[in-house]
Amino acid sequence: MSILINKDTKVITQGITGKTGQFHTEKCQEYANGKECFVAGVNPKKAGEKIFDIPIYASVKEAAAETGATVSVIYVPPAGAAAAIWEAVEADLDLAICITEGIPVRDMLEVRNKMKKKVAAGGKETLLLGPNCPGLITPEEIKIGIMPGHIHRKGRIGVVSRSGTLTYEAVAQLTEIGLGQSSAVGIGGDPINGLKHIDVMRMFNEDPDTDAVIMIGEIGGPDEAEAAQWCKANMKKPIVGFIAGVTAPAGKRMGHAGALISGGADTADAKLAIMEECGFTVTRNPSEMAKLLKAML
Amino acid sequence: MKIHEYQGKEILRKFGVTTPRGVPCFSVDEAVKAAETLGGKVWVVKAQIHAGGRGKGGGVKVAKSLDEVRQYAGQILGMQLVTHQTGPEGQKVRRLLIEEGADIKKEYYVAALTDRATQKVAMMASSEGGMDIEEVAHSTPEKILKVFVDPATGLTDEQALYLSNGIGVPEGSTAQAVDTLKKLYTTYMETDASLAEINPLILEGNGTIKALDAKFNFDSNALYRHPEIVEFRDLDEEDADEIEASKFDLAYISLDGNIGCLVNGAGLAMATMDTIKLFGAEPANFLDVGGGATTEKVTEAFKIMLKNPKVKGILVNIFGGIMRCDTIATGVVTAAKEVHLSVPLVVRMKGTNEEIGKQILRDSGLPIIAADTMAEAAQKIVDAVK
Repeated sequence: MSILINKDTKVITQGITGKTGQFHTEKCQEYANGKECFVAGVNPKKAGEKIFDIPIYASVKEAAAETGATVSVIYVPPAGAAAAIWEAVEADLDLAICITEGIPVRDMLEVRNKMKKKVAAGGKETLLLGPNCPGLITPEEIKIGIMPGHIHRKGRIGVVSRSGTLTYEAVAQLTEIGLGQSSAVGIGGDPINGLKHIDVMRMFNEDPDTDAVIMIGEIGGPDEAEAAQWCKANMKKPIVGFIAGVTAPAGKRMGHAGALISGGADTADAKLAIMEECGFTVTRNPSEMAKLLKAML
Repeated sequence: MKIHEYQGKEILRKFGVTTPRGVPCFSVDEAVKAAETLGGKVWVVKAQIHAGGRGKGGGVKVAKSLDEVRQYAGQILGMQLVTHQTGPEGQKVRRLLIEEGADIKKEYYVAALTDRATQKVAMMASSEGGMDIEEVAHSTPEKILKVFVDPATGLTDEQALYLSNGIGVPEGSTAQAVDTLKKLYTTYMETDASLAEINPLILEGNGTIKALDAKFNFDSNALYRHPEIVEFRDLDEEDADEIEASKFDLAYISLDGNIGCLVNGAGLAMATMDTIKLFGAEPANFLDVGGGATTEKVTEAFKIMLKNPKVKGILVNIFGGIMRCDTIATGVVTAAKEVHLSVPLVVRMKGTNEEIGKQILRDSGLPIIAADTMAEAAQKIVDAVK
């Protein structure tokens, strides 16, 4: 099966009328069960219109009520993206996937704290994937995001990564040696985000149709180390781990806002060491991720 | 984006934090004049560069006469200041800050930064001011106090008081220390900073709390709403090639090796650099051409990489997803011809229209070396530059 989404998931697209939103909505619709999955778009100025046969609603709440959608994908430009996330949360969706790159950190801090308070006060929890992520895919069922669908094959390996193209690299390697994927999840390259490695590893651990996982991280932040500690105590499935940025200098932002070494604990070497200590099969050669995993099955 | 100390103090003053009086200067004469205008008997001549550790490198001097101001300003202006943050070649000093002397009784450390684990702003304070805080964190971590701030409430009186008492601010100065901490938090949030550090925050003989230094870094995603901070940008402090690259929306960072690399995606770009190292060479740069690389962008990327005289070979690693391999191949061929490429070029392309892309490279008549995997590409470029 899969984690988070499957062929029956109904999706709202926030920012469907923008250039990026249109381009990727069309691709997502074309993929597997996409025609059935992408049921609504949101734009208050174009409510009542249609795009690619998808009805546009004035708000996420209305779109959810009319279509029964439980997931949204967000292509809204950076200045309005945090507000778009909050709109999805206020509509009590199950999951909001934010593709947008370049959201101010302060906006993410504020919306993440509001989300946590809502849950603490007994409100429904909306999971957030991203921002600054490629989205996620359950191969041959549904693709939500900007990844190239054709490199994926249905199967039993989970993939989780902060980087888009590095996720595709892992997926293509798996597909090439005959291993399909249960789900491939891009959690995004920003410092303040929603689902982290640890959350996705937990889901893969519980998913009866995932046999093993490739976990990919990069320099900056404590997330990979935290996930590794959790896996040491709980994970029942083999994991191959890779961390990008062994050659990255300290104090320089390497493309991703979150890829910045700020101390001794968030270097690639430090993270690789912790992952190895926690039972991961780690590699320093990213071309070998799938091959190593296959050897462990 | 980083700014200078004097600019940071200007921001702090705007938010009500007390700092010594000072004047930024660009020449020795200006420095002497500034000291005269400030008055008093003691002045501090401070080099303004974006790197830390200026004092240890000889970039900060206390002058006890106007002659000494002239002498020190002359020494510091134009020097290549080497600190632990500049690298061995140092950074040229083009600006000075002339400041009134301070009666330092005690030095503290205070800072605001975004904590990724708690997803809150961490306010940090330490009694060990004036030192390298990394060193304090390493040797005496118990001397660093931290509170995490809820953005809905801001830094509370209780939290500020806990920090102030915890670092040993005497009772008579507590109110001002609490006020300073709260204003530092406000400054951090209002300016979309990613770091706001005062090291040292000092206690003067008369009980006054003052920010003796100011170090800021700002979230580049939020600069669009802070034109007043963008004005502080000093291009002299940044790498010329990185500035040039940013004009074309390329994420580029100069490194020390001799193999240039051009990749799409930040994670894959780092992984490519790592693979080059794994096969025994060092990358000359980080370069992410992003998702929508056009022929023009790829050409500019080649030009920027080749400006670096150390580059002895280039590795292109593209995962064609939405961006098709044939588009990239056309871009690479056009760029290589336009810049009259004279160093070995290895291209690894994967994904959409891979075969068409490879055919374009073969038909180009250029000596492009093709590779199927990142590892093979790295091995081939490393061999080619030997």
